[in-house]
Amino acid sequence: MTDASTTQTRKLAPARPTWHVVLVRPETMTFFLLIFGLVGASYLSPFFLDMNYILRSFTLTAEMSIVALVLTMVVISGEIDLSPAANMALSACIFAWVQDAGVPMPLSVIVGLLAGLAMGALNAFMSIRMQLPSIIVTIGTLIFFRGLAQVLAGDRSIRVPDSFIGINTVMVVGIPLPVVIFFIVAIILGLVLGATVIGRQIYQIGTNQEAALHAGINAKRIKVGLFLVLGLVSAAAGMMAASRLGSVRYDLVLGGELQMVLMAMLGGTYIFGGRGTILGTFLAAWLLVIASTGMTVANLLPAIQLTVLGILLIVAIIATNFIYARTQR
Amino acid sequence: MTLLRSIFLRREAGILVMIVIFCAVVGLYKPQFLTGQSLRIVLLLTPLIMIGAMAQMLVLIARHVDLSIGSMLGFSAMVVGLMYREYPDIYWLLGFPVAILTGAVLGLGNGLLVTLFRLPSIIVTLGTLSLYRGLTFIISDARQINRSVIPTELKVMSRTSPIFDVPWIILIAFAIALMTFVIARHTQLGRQTYALGSNPEAAPLRGIDVTKVTLIVFTLAGALSGLAGILYASRWGFVNPSNTGAGFEFQVIAAVVIGGVSINGGVGTVMGTVLGVLLLGCVAAALPLLGIPGSTQNAIYGAVILIALLIDRSVRQRGAISMSRTTS
Amino acid sequence: MEGLPMLIEARGISKQFGGVDVLSDVDLDLHAGEIHALLGENGAGKSTFAKILAGIHRPTRGKLRLNGQPVDVSSPIAAQKLGIALIHQEPISFPDLSVAENIVMGRQAGGLLSRVPWAKIIADARRYLDMLGVSLDVTRPMRGLSIANQQMVEIARSLASDSKLIIMDEPTAPLTPREVDTLFNIARRLREEGRTIIFISHRLEEVRMLCDRVTIFRDGAHIATQTIDSISDDEIIKLMIGRTLKKYMRKHMAAIGETALEVSNLSLPGAFEDVSFTLRRGEIIGLGGLVGAGRTDVARALFGVAPAASGQISIGGVGATINKPSEAIELGLSFVPEDRAGHGIFSTLSVEHNLTAAIPNLIAPSGFISRKREHGISSQAVDDLSIRLASLRQPIVELSGGNQQKAILARWLLTEPKILILDEPTRGIDIGVKAEFYDMIGDLAEAGRAILLISSELPELLSLCDRILVMSEGRITAEFPRETATQESIMQAAVPRTGMAA
Repeated sequence: MTDASTTQTRKLAPARPTWHVVLVRPETMTFFLLIFGLVGASYLSPFFLDMNYILRSFTLTAEMSIVALVLTMVVISGEIDLSPAANMALSACIFAWVQDAGVPMPLSVIVGLLAGLAMGALNAFMSIRMQLPSIIVTIGTLIFFRGLAQVLAGDRSIRVPDSFIGINTVMVVGIPLPVVIFFIVAIILGLVLGATVIGRQIYQIGTNQEAALHAGINAKRIKVGLFLVLGLVSAAAGMMAASRLGSVRYDLVLGGELQMVLMAMLGGTYIFGGRGTILGTFLAAWLLVIASTGMTVANLLPAIQLTVLGILLIVAIIATNFIYARTQR
Repeated sequence: MTLLRSIFLRREAGILVMIVIFCAVVGLYKPQFLTGQSLRIVLLLTPLIMIGAMAQMLVLIARHVDLSIGSMLGFSAMVVGLMYREYPDIYWLLGFPVAILTGAVLGLGNGLLVTLFRLPSIIVTLGTLSLYRGLTFIISDARQINRSVIPTELKVMSRTSPIFDVPWIILIAFAIALMTFVIARHTQLGRQTYALGSNPEAAPLRGIDVTKVTLIVFTLAGALSGLAGILYASRWGFVNPSNTGAGFEFQVIAAVVIGGVSINGGVGTVMGTVLGVLLLGCVAAALPLLGIPGSTQNAIYGAVILIALLIDRSVRQRGAISMSRTTS
Repeated sequence: MEGLPMLIEARGISKQFGGVDVLSDVDLDLHAGEIHALLGENGAGKSTFAKILAGIHRPTRGKLRLNGQPVDVSSPIAAQKLGIALIHQEPISFPDLSVAENIVMGRQAGGLLSRVPWAKIIADARRYLDMLGVSLDVTRPMRGLSIANQQMVEIARSLASDSKLIIMDEPTAPLTPREVDTLFNIARRLREEGRTIIFISHRLEEVRMLCDRVTIFRDGAHIATQTIDSISDDEIIKLMIGRTLKKYMRKHMAAIGETALEVSNLSLPGAFEDVSFTLRRGEIIGLGGLVGAGRTDVARALFGVAPAASGQISIGGVGATINKPSEAIELGLSFVPEDRAGHGIFSTLSVEHNLTAAIPNLIAPSGFISRKREHGISSQAVDDLSIRLASLRQPIVELSGGNQQKAILARWLLTEPKILILDEPTRGIDIGVKAEFYDMIGDLAEAGRAILLISSELPELLSLCDRILVMSEGRITAEFPRETATQESIMQAAVPRTGMAA
């Protein structure tokens, strides 16, 4: 090798100390907020240390939390989707409507899932194929899907058969089924994102799509895949909500997009892509449940919760932006 | 093809043609659609959307978006309603400056978050959409402001007319459109807003104070939402913490995007936006006549936004093609 | 000439970017009413100097005087107020605003709520464009205007602000010969009005046709200023290259084997035309030329980033179609891009993740990433290329430029490529690491890989390559075997000739 020692004066950036790497990251913030929330809430009401109470509360938002996990991956890849809540409503309406018209249950479920997939495909077509900004596209599809649900269901609620009702009362080793599903989905997606090539490539695309292209990564295909999975999972979540509620209305999880985006942001997913973890969103989902049930227990108006959600979203983005700006040199 | 081309060449002409065709087709089935009465219905459906659309148009031209317009409307309306409830003897016209000022403060809040922290406006206003709505519940204790509280003069205003039998509320909406036209077309502020949206990187190189212009645009959007808020109270005679202004932002975005305002900034005219609002109004007025349930409205808005996005894109591509042709 | 009054006196202008000197102590005097050419190789500092005059960059050191008065050009607006205008090769514009507005934007007096004097704006715009002899509808939007017309609008803009100094940064590159004529006539007329023009160009013929004096920059320093009549083309080229050639020697010449890559009649309209060459195993072919000659476009076409419109590529004697990078990688190609930050690194991801980005199947044979395998592979790569880092886990952006570049090279070596395309691999890298790179490139050839090396540094081409192809304006204009290539001959072939371009 050539004599490089003459130019040893170059400064080598020292690696950040381990504690810094571990602690200064948004998930840590989420985790401490979660602990803080638990302590605060149990101070408000001793109820809170009752695990069953928390689990029951979690079933109310489990569907959205599951979707938020997939949404996290979409955001990491550098896109966003604001339509999953409307997708949930429309898929659930289509499912309920179809089976109300006499189609057998398994087939109705498949129709519901296919509807969700088609919605994901529309988002993918508009944002990836037509290269329109997904943030605007999905506002359009959000209105469109919700509107179609309204066309289908009108102002009435469509009942689902009794046999389909009650997913939240099914217990698996003492844990409500929706919560179990949430755990399973979190583990699967955590593995996909953290331990597979696809997951790795999602981060790479979100960090620098051009560089990903130059490294032979098919960014478009992966993004289309993510939109499709998000559509499919939203549809499943919509039908879970139908089972929990016993009937479907067009305004199912109205405004839920805010909560889902909030879960991702609060869990430290970077709004501009390339950073974030399933663990973060997982923790954030619990944090939100603790916060909202805490507020309910404390007899705070639901309206105040809305305010808190809004503030949390803005603060979460500012905080993650700040942390990421600090750790990037 | 000629129709398509005219849409491409001149968006306003295209929308006008669409309005005419739509009205003609509907009129063919239901002749009563083509009477003065339904024109009145159309016009009465539109003033709030018109004002909101002017606000959203300015924001979009600056290459931003404001999702909190409906919540700002609701909050301002609630503040005014509470004022009337707490001070029944207050001079009723005072509601206007109060509503406008309240909206302006909320809009300024959006602007500050966007400019200070360099956050995407769409996420910021998604947050404030919920934040401002929640604040509306808090200040109202989640209770509605009832008809009895709203001053009679204010309620009468949206039905009575100073001139030619055109109600005040419509006159105000068109006055706002005219004002927006003057701002957009004839002031430095307006032109700098277009420039900023057209090429944000070049704007500072050309001496445009990006922060200032952005703040003003968001504040103006808030102020107009505030005005729409008090007009809501006038038109409907109540203010409800959950309904008032909910979903308003979507109708507004639909109207503006149909009107040819580009989501990529820099493009859009008051004329186009007015026509976009009127087209939406015609659709809304025709649906019940045709026996189509009103519940289809939102689906139509959504579809229209998606189609407008695609049209927008093909226009841009044409621009790009013609550019490469002239350079080679 | 010397009798003309002085417009600009620049003294000791220096500029550093990230610790690297881009300009050092440049002194330059500009007379009122002259057209002054700035010449130099890529990266000689011409554009940086122009941007300092135009207030886009602030000098690290140095002073400027305008008409004898010391001035501080703190921003583009300040430059505009002082009467200095910079016309970019790709003009800045607001595409949705009218031509007239683009001419006046940002110059009007009055607050934000003051009226826009449309009638006056339109009349003024017409007048300025008339002065330039350009007939354009001033009310039409800028979008869709040809580059030539956009330049005219920018020139009109500089007239509107009564600029005394107009800097044109490679204005003729995108223009047709007729448009160039128009531009030159306008430039001469502006000179007669007593304005000063700085003309940055690579085309010596144009400089000779238009300019009064030339200044030559090299490696960020001012080398010479002379009247155009007192200097020959050959002298100019010598001054541009100038540096004493410290020739790096390749240790071994590799044995050249069978054909690895054959390219025939490759064309992509607007980028390159009719490119043909053959690259053999163990061979290093250099691709020289000026920025914008189409070299990077050829590389991008070969790698499938922006495929060519016509022509054939064959690899190892077999015809191949390459429409995306993954197909190129499959065929044994690798590409180290010029724009490291934009196309190479994933800045916030770890060095390890950057290294293994192109070998998903190696680190995850089962679909799941094997941490152990990945760690083993990347540590080995770090050792092989002696990449200096604190930890494989640290974000790659924390490494020095040279080590980032080594990491990108390592990423590609892990794919065991048969053919390596290196686009300006040593740009922005300090000298010590550069030598390491030269060794590595030589070793790679010796190992039987075929290498296409794009470089703007002539000594690099001369010392490393077996053959050197020179591109100019999208075509290969010359080919030199190692033995006969000289800096002068390469530069001669690289500088566009007006006659040849047609």
